[in-house]
Amino acid sequence: MPQIFSRSANTVAPLSIALAILLVGGGILSIMGLDRSEYITEIGVAKVQPVQFSHRHHAGQLGIHCAYCHSSVEVSSFAGIPPTHTCMSCHSQIWINSPTLEPVRESYRSGQSIEWVRVHDLPDFVYFNHSIHINKGIGCASCHGRVDQMPQIYKAQSLQMQWCLDCHRQPERHIRPREKIYDMAYQPAEDQMELGRRLVSEYKVQKLLDCYTCHR
Amino acid sequence: MRTRDTACGKIDIAELRGRLETSGGPHYWRSLDELAATPEFQAFVEDEFPSQADDLKNPATRRDLLRVMAAAFGLAGLTACTRQPKENILPYVRQPEEIVLGQPLMYATAMPFRGSAVGLLVESHEGRPTKVEGNPQHPGSLGRTNLFNQASTLGLYDPDRSQAVYFHGRISTWGEFLGRMAELRETLGSGEGLHVLSEPMHSPTLMAQRSALRRRYPAMQWYEYDPIRDSSRDGIVYDFARADVVLSLDSDFLFAMPGSIAYARAFGSRRHAEADRSRMNRLYVVEPTPSITGDSADHRLPVKASEVEVFAQAVAARAAGSTGQSATLRPELSRFVDAVAKDLQAHRGASIVIAGEYQPASVHALAQALNQSLGNIGSTVRHIQTTPDEAQSFPDLVNAMRAGRVKALLIMGVNPVYTAPVDYEFSKHLGAVPFRMHLGLYRDETGSLCQWHVPEAHYLESWSDAAAYDGSACIVQPLIAPLYGGRTPHEVLGTLTETPDQSGYQIVKSFWQSQYRSPDFEQAWEHWLHDGIIPNTAFPERQATSIPAQKVAQPGSQAAQTGLEIVFRADPCVWDGRFANNAWLQETPKPHTKITWDNAIYVSPRTAERLKIENQDLVELRYRGRNVRGPAWVVPGQADDSVTVFLGYGRGRAGRVGTRAGYNGYALRTADRPYFDGGLELVKTGDRYNVASTQTHHTMAGRDLIHSATNARFLKDQTLFRGEEKQEHEVAELSLYPGWESTGYRWGMAIDLNACIGCNACVVACVAENNVPVVGKEQVGRGREMHWLRVDRYHSGSLDNPQVYFQPLPCMHCEQAPCEVVCPVAATVHSSDGLNQMVYNRCVGTRYCSNNCPYKVRRFNFLLYQDWDTPSLAAMRNPNVTVRSRGVMEKCTYCVQRIEAAKIETQKQDRRIRDGEIQTACQQACPTDAIIFGDLNDKSSRVHKLRNGPLHYSLLAELGTKPRTTYTAKLRNINPELETVS
Repeated sequence: MPQIFSRSANTVAPLSIALAILLVGGGILSIMGLDRSEYITEIGVAKVQPVQFSHRHHAGQLGIHCAYCHSSVEVSSFAGIPPTHTCMSCHSQIWINSPTLEPVRESYRSGQSIEWVRVHDLPDFVYFNHSIHINKGIGCASCHGRVDQMPQIYKAQSLQMQWCLDCHRQPERHIRPREKIYDMAYQPAEDQMELGRRLVSEYKVQKLLDCYTCHR
Repeated sequence: MRTRDTACGKIDIAELRGRLETSGGPHYWRSLDELAATPEFQAFVEDEFPSQADDLKNPATRRDLLRVMAAAFGLAGLTACTRQPKENILPYVRQPEEIVLGQPLMYATAMPFRGSAVGLLVESHEGRPTKVEGNPQHPGSLGRTNLFNQASTLGLYDPDRSQAVYFHGRISTWGEFLGRMAELRETLGSGEGLHVLSEPMHSPTLMAQRSALRRRYPAMQWYEYDPIRDSSRDGIVYDFARADVVLSLDSDFLFAMPGSIAYARAFGSRRHAEADRSRMNRLYVVEPTPSITGDSADHRLPVKASEVEVFAQAVAARAAGSTGQSATLRPELSRFVDAVAKDLQAHRGASIVIAGEYQPASVHALAQALNQSLGNIGSTVRHIQTTPDEAQSFPDLVNAMRAGRVKALLIMGVNPVYTAPVDYEFSKHLGAVPFRMHLGLYRDETGSLCQWHVPEAHYLESWSDAAAYDGSACIVQPLIAPLYGGRTPHEVLGTLTETPDQSGYQIVKSFWQSQYRSPDFEQAWEHWLHDGIIPNTAFPERQATSIPAQKVAQPGSQAAQTGLEIVFRADPCVWDGRFANNAWLQETPKPHTKITWDNAIYVSPRTAERLKIENQDLVELRYRGRNVRGPAWVVPGQADDSVTVFLGYGRGRAGRVGTRAGYNGYALRTADRPYFDGGLELVKTGDRYNVASTQTHHTMAGRDLIHSATNARFLKDQTLFRGEEKQEHEVAELSLYPGWESTGYRWGMAIDLNACIGCNACVVACVAENNVPVVGKEQVGRGREMHWLRVDRYHSGSLDNPQVYFQPLPCMHCEQAPCEVVCPVAATVHSSDGLNQMVYNRCVGTRYCSNNCPYKVRRFNFLLYQDWDTPSLAAMRNPNVTVRSRGVMEKCTYCVQRIEAAKIETQKQDRRIRDGEIQTACQQACPTDAIIFGDLNDKSSRVHKLRNGPLHYSLLAELGTKPRTTYTAKLRNINPELETVS
């Protein structure tokens, strides 16, 4: 009986198996990589906004408090986007002729909203609540990064479920005293883990890992 | 693929009757098909989703299916890699002070419905009303609602609503209409020829406007018309909380009367599992067709509608002391009469006799005479001084139209072309009226026949006022500006005055300013708006008019008729047809038969046997030379020789949902006999008609699901239902799976079968709260309805007059949940406080969970049921609940969005959630307080007490699922003298 396979088959066969494993593995890895890439997470990607509003200028240089504009952050799920009226409370007095602010003035005149582009956008099946995080000692900068240094706002964290769970599993790694919530440059004065454990018990922070905590 | 819609096979009724009579002990059944155990029914039960099973038995398609499933499975993970679509944020320009973004506001208003308003608190998300709740301060609501209130948000956002002013079928404007009305005003003079038709009015402002118009146009004629008689002008209110014995003469006081929500609350307070069992009330009902009240009765006797009067006379005669046997009474009736009369006599001053709105004046007179002779007037029955009826009756309008006296007719919010008695030939006469104007939510049958049609503002868009059943006035305030430029009747009437463009707000407010002459009016007005009720406006009591004693024993005007009798009833879901385009109500199963999307013709088993009729036979009704075809439905509990026709269907112009659903009962209805009459002929056509009924769906075949006993037996032996608990405990210990420890909260629900009246308010409330989609008749027929909460209806006893049990069935939230262990992707898992969580974004749609659920409470989105495209419906949805898409399993969550909201608020205040602080949507809607939700770890909570009470039992406890939703056994307060009758 003649040989069915040539000698080279001894090399081709294991090579093709290895190649297949590489291909499949590489495929999986690249999908995982894609999911973590900036293309998907949009970390550090600024978006074109109708008004090039600078958080660095307002929150950083001028020192306007976060809650001056995001006024419902302590009481509601939604932190709040300021109405045009809030912008005009200053800009009817200063920079009144700036062409950059024309969309704001136009909105105030016409009564039409400014159409901001959403930067921190969770999927529609996720229900995040700002107020409880603020009340339990999670600072703005923990999720939003150094907003006071961003000329244009961008995402500092992926806001993906894995990232949420990192903190929900170990809140002591990120918790801070309530009075430091809005402190952008906050650094713990002592060991974070020690402080964290103390604050977790003081603020009665639970490790909420139930699906219904966020998905309803 | 089979297309059979409902399990239905040949049923031998005589055989069933015999079997029921010989079987010993209590036996509960849901449908005749189940009882007969026809092969068709068996097959239906075996395949939960009947039409799919064939594909799986074919090896080739099975392989294809697996291939596709594997690919789908592999690719499912990729969906997580999508980029977020671009979204915009549109903040306010000037944000109203009271709005906190993300937090809903509640506003008090009221839903006017026929003669009485139900006070509501409406949830508003950034100006969009999404959910209505009852107003606890309002006497017509007491914090509770009915299904019509709950479904009214869909009514508001209905895309089929009239959206423009029409003139001769072309779109016009309000300005042009004002111009035309100005011309009309010039020609009216003293108002000769000006006629207005409205619903019976209970708005103080509207009545004042009418009086003002009368002064200006003395010859103006005003008519009120309601196709179903509205008893709110009778001026009688009842106190069911103080009644030990109630006799209903064909009255559906628990559901269909003005004040029914309050009545149901009071009635339920004497039956609730928490109430004193020795003070349980007793309800007797005589009626031709099973109503919600009849289904709650301790003793119910099906009699023909025309026989009710005979029965009432006999009771009156017996109560007056006569002992002679009435010759006209059937023996079973006579026994019933004796027992009822004796019971009423034994509870003088603490009983109620109440006559139904479908019964003639003579029955009402008899009921009041009985109340008087029993000394109930002033204690359980109060007479109140309602506003005088100043309108002419509808027939006068028809006569005026016939005589050509009507020059201008304004039709305000009614649809007489559809609802008027057929012998009036209303549409013909309407066509001859020179000026016709219709104000309505829809450009319906009437609207399309009028030259002018003006879109009416929905009550959630209107400034108005209304009166509760006891006369208490409240302001109807709008939650949203009219979506389609709708106008209120106030504004339309205003066009006849010197100030034609006054807003509804100005009209209503200036009326109340004229009523309340005090400098602090503004303050009082704000209070009324806030509270939703104007204090001290209830009607005063009046002296009951004495009814001559001889009238009591007088023979009636109508003798009981022989032959087939036709009975007209308003539909329990779409009422007189005004809600026909409301898909939530269309899909709500009728309380007794669980039919959806259709009205059937009800016949009793005996009549069906005689006429050889089965369920879904298309039959023709011939009555007074007119005929109508509709599907027959054999209804245990229906009176023999009495055929019930439900109004509200067969609409010609309702909208995309309601048009052409069902048959039109009005086509048989004549003016002189609007509610019942003899002389009906019922003929089989030989055709069949598919009816989508859910009564056979989700069956838990033959298991022991209803626990009940008589009150007397329970009072003797309080441990009657305790045997179960021991067994349950033992089975639960056998589980291989470790138990769950809920150390924080331990949510649980107790459903009281004593209080439940099966009214469906909870079902619609759940739909509204949880964005539950509507699937349509065809899909319901396939068993794919999406309701998270269903109300199962069981029968026991005889075939002709069975007892009825309602059992609301949400998710049981089992501690040992069979669904959780079979999910391959962990999309359904347990939470730390014991909720059985359903995670939509993980679900891949294997449906294993549903297959493994012994309670059949899981619902699968076979198709894209949710309407994602209609913009108005997007505004209606609850923003705190995910809108589910195709291919996802869903089920009751115990309204987890409410639980989480309460948890967050109480965490911020650093305290525990109090008992009663969280109410699930079904609980909050329930008029009788039958659903109680709370923390089982809290020893003082109501749910904990009910769970440890003597009536408690869990469903299918023998499976060891340890359900968190449990029940209290139903007790019936049987009169020992009638023990064997029903």
